[in-house]
Amino acid sequence: MGLLVNAITYNRAPKLLAAYAALVFAFLYLPIVVLIVYSFNGHGVGGFPPRDLTLDWYRQLFTDDAIWASVVNSLVVAIASVCIALALGIPAGLALDRANFPGKGIFRRLVLLPLVLPGIITGLSLLLLFREADVRLSLVTVILGHGTALISIATTEVFAGLQKLDRAHEEASLDLGATYWQTFWRVTLPNLKLSIIGAALLIFTLSMDEIAVSFFLIGRDNTLPLEIWGRLRRGITPEINAISTLIFVFSLLAIIVWYRLRMRAEAVDNELLV
Amino acid sequence: MNRPLSAEGFEAQASSRAQNSALLNIRSVAKTFGKHAVLHNISLDVAEGEFLTILGESGSGKTTLLRIIAGFEHATSGEVWMGGERLDLLPPYKRRVNTVFQNYALFPHLSVEENVAYGPRVAKTPAGEIRTRVDEALAKVRMQQYAKYLPSTISGGQQQRVALARALVNRPRLLLLDEPLSALDANLRRQMQIELKTLQREVGITFIFVTHDQEEAMVMSDRIALLHAGELEQVAAPAEIYSRPATAYAAQFIGHTNLLEGEVQAGVARCQDLSWQVKLPDGPVSFSLRPECIRLAHAVSAQNAVYFRARVVDYAFHGASELVRVEASHGHTMTVRTSSHGKLRGEAELEFDPADAVPVRRPK
Repeated sequence: MGLLVNAITYNRAPKLLAAYAALVFAFLYLPIVVLIVYSFNGHGVGGFPPRDLTLDWYRQLFTDDAIWASVVNSLVVAIASVCIALALGIPAGLALDRANFPGKGIFRRLVLLPLVLPGIITGLSLLLLFREADVRLSLVTVILGHGTALISIATTEVFAGLQKLDRAHEEASLDLGATYWQTFWRVTLPNLKLSIIGAALLIFTLSMDEIAVSFFLIGRDNTLPLEIWGRLRRGITPEINAISTLIFVFSLLAIIVWYRLRMRAEAVDNELLV
Repeated sequence: MNRPLSAEGFEAQASSRAQNSALLNIRSVAKTFGKHAVLHNISLDVAEGEFLTILGESGSGKTTLLRIIAGFEHATSGEVWMGGERLDLLPPYKRRVNTVFQNYALFPHLSVEENVAYGPRVAKTPAGEIRTRVDEALAKVRMQQYAKYLPSTISGGQQQRVALARALVNRPRLLLLDEPLSALDANLRRQMQIELKTLQREVGITFIFVTHDQEEAMVMSDRIALLHAGELEQVAAPAEIYSRPATAYAAQFIGHTNLLEGEVQAGVARCQDLSWQVKLPDGPVSFSLRPECIRLAHAVSAQNAVYFRARVVDYAFHGASELVRVEASHGHTMTVRTSSHGKLRGEAELEFDPADAVPVRRPK
C-alpha cells in the first residue's frame, strides 16, 4: 500500500520530490559539512567562502594537552560505563526473558525508565544522592551516572536477542549433558554475542557524547564534550571544529561497524529460517 | 472365542511382555498446566531395545509425555523409572536419555562436527576419544563429508541426520525422537522411516518416537502407544492395534473402519437389521469392521457370514485398492475396500465374517 502510494507520487512529481529530499538532507547535514569544511579553513571560523585550506588546526589540536586529557577521560568513562551497563543489563535482560517473579511488569518499566527519563533528572537526582552520601564528585561519579543511565540499553538489546533465540537450543544442550551454567556459556552467550557487541557499541557512543548527566556529576577532570562546551564559552575556535570532525569520523565508523554486525545477525537469522 | 472387551486387557498383555526386561517404567504420570489437564494417569512400560511410538493428534499430550521423560517438564504426579532408578527427579543433564528435537535444534554457531562433539566435550571425554566417537557417529549417518559445515548450510534431511548423530554419540540408554520427520517431504520421509528403523536395530538402543502420523507409526514401531486427550487408548503392536482395536477412537484413528452400534441380548448382537452370535455380556455395544473385511457374497460363503444388500454411493481410487462407500439396505453407510479390478458398482450383495467385527470401547 505504502509502496504503491510512493510509486504514484514519484511518477507524478519526481522533480518536486527530489528537491524536497535535497532540502531535508541539507537541513540535516549542512551544519556538519560547514563544521568539517571550516576545520580546514586557513582564516579560522570567520570568512566566507573558506580560503587557504590548512591542517594547522589539527596540528594545534594534537599539541593541546587539555583536549587529549579530556579525550582520555571520556574513553575511560565510556569503557567503564559499558562494563557497568553490561554487567547489570545482561542479567536484567535474562531475568525479563526467563524468570517469572512477582512485580515483573513493574521491574520491566523501572529498568527501561532511564531510557526515557531526561538526563537532567538522572543527573540531578544522582548529584543530590552523592551530596547526601558525602561522595566527592569525580570521574567515578560520572561513570556511575552513565552506567546507570545506560543499563536499559544493554537490557533491551539482550532481551531482544533472547527473544529471537530458540529455547530448543538450550534444551538440546541440557539434553546432551551440559549443566545450566555450561549451557549459558556454550550456547546462550555465543548466540547473544552480536546483541552484546551491538549494545556495547551503542552505550560507548552514547557515553562519549553525553552532556546532561556528566554536567551535574563532573569533578575536576573534564570529559571531551564538557571540555568543548567549556571552550565554547570563550568563543569558537577552529580547533573545536577539528576535534568535532574527528569525533564525527569515529562515530561514522562505529555506526558502520554496528550496522554490518546487524546485517550479519539478520543474515544468520534468515539462513536459519530457510 | 473369548476376546477381551477392554483396552486394559491388551495393555496387561503388552506390559507383561515388556516387564521381562523393562527399561523404562512410567507410573501413573499426570500433568496439568494451570487448570488444564494434559495427561491423566499414564502408565507405560518400555522394553530394552524396543521401538515404541507414541501416536496421537496435536494436543493429545504426546510431546508433554516426551518432555517429562527428557526432563524438560515435571510430572504433576506419578513417577518415571529407568533401569531400576528414579528418573524424574534428575535434571535433564544427568539422564542417560537423549533427544532428537522436532526442528533438530542444532547449535547454529557450531559446525556439524562440533555439534556432534558437544555431548562428549561437556562430559570431559579425552580429545582423542571424542574424535573417534564423532567420526563413528557421523559415519553411521553418512555425514562425514559435511563435518566442517555450519548447520544453516545443509539441507533439512542432512540436519536431521546430524541431530541423530549428536544424540547417539553419547550412547544413551534411551533415545527420544519428537516428530523428527514431520519437516521432511513425503519421499525423503519414507526413506528416513526405513533408515531410522534399520539404525535402531543396528545400535540396539531403545527408541521412543513421537508422531501424529499413523502410517509412520505402523511402518516403524514394535509397539504403538495411542494417546488421546491425555489418556492411553491402547498400547499394542501395529498389527494387533489394527486388527484388534480396543476403542472406537483407536479403530477410527488407525486406518479406516466402519463403526457398528447396537445391543447384545442373550448372546446375539443386533446392529439395525444385522445380527450375529457373540459371546458378550448383554448391553449396548460397538463393533469396528474394517473395510477389507467386507466382501461380495458368493454362493459358497462361510455358513455363519452376515449378509446385506447395498447400493454404491461413491468410490475413491487408492492405487491397489478402491474405497467404496455403500448404503446398506438397513440404512447404514459403510465403507468397503475392494481390489481396483473388482469394480464394485450399482447394487450388490455383501457379507462379512462376524469374527471380523471387533467389539470396541466407546468414549465414556
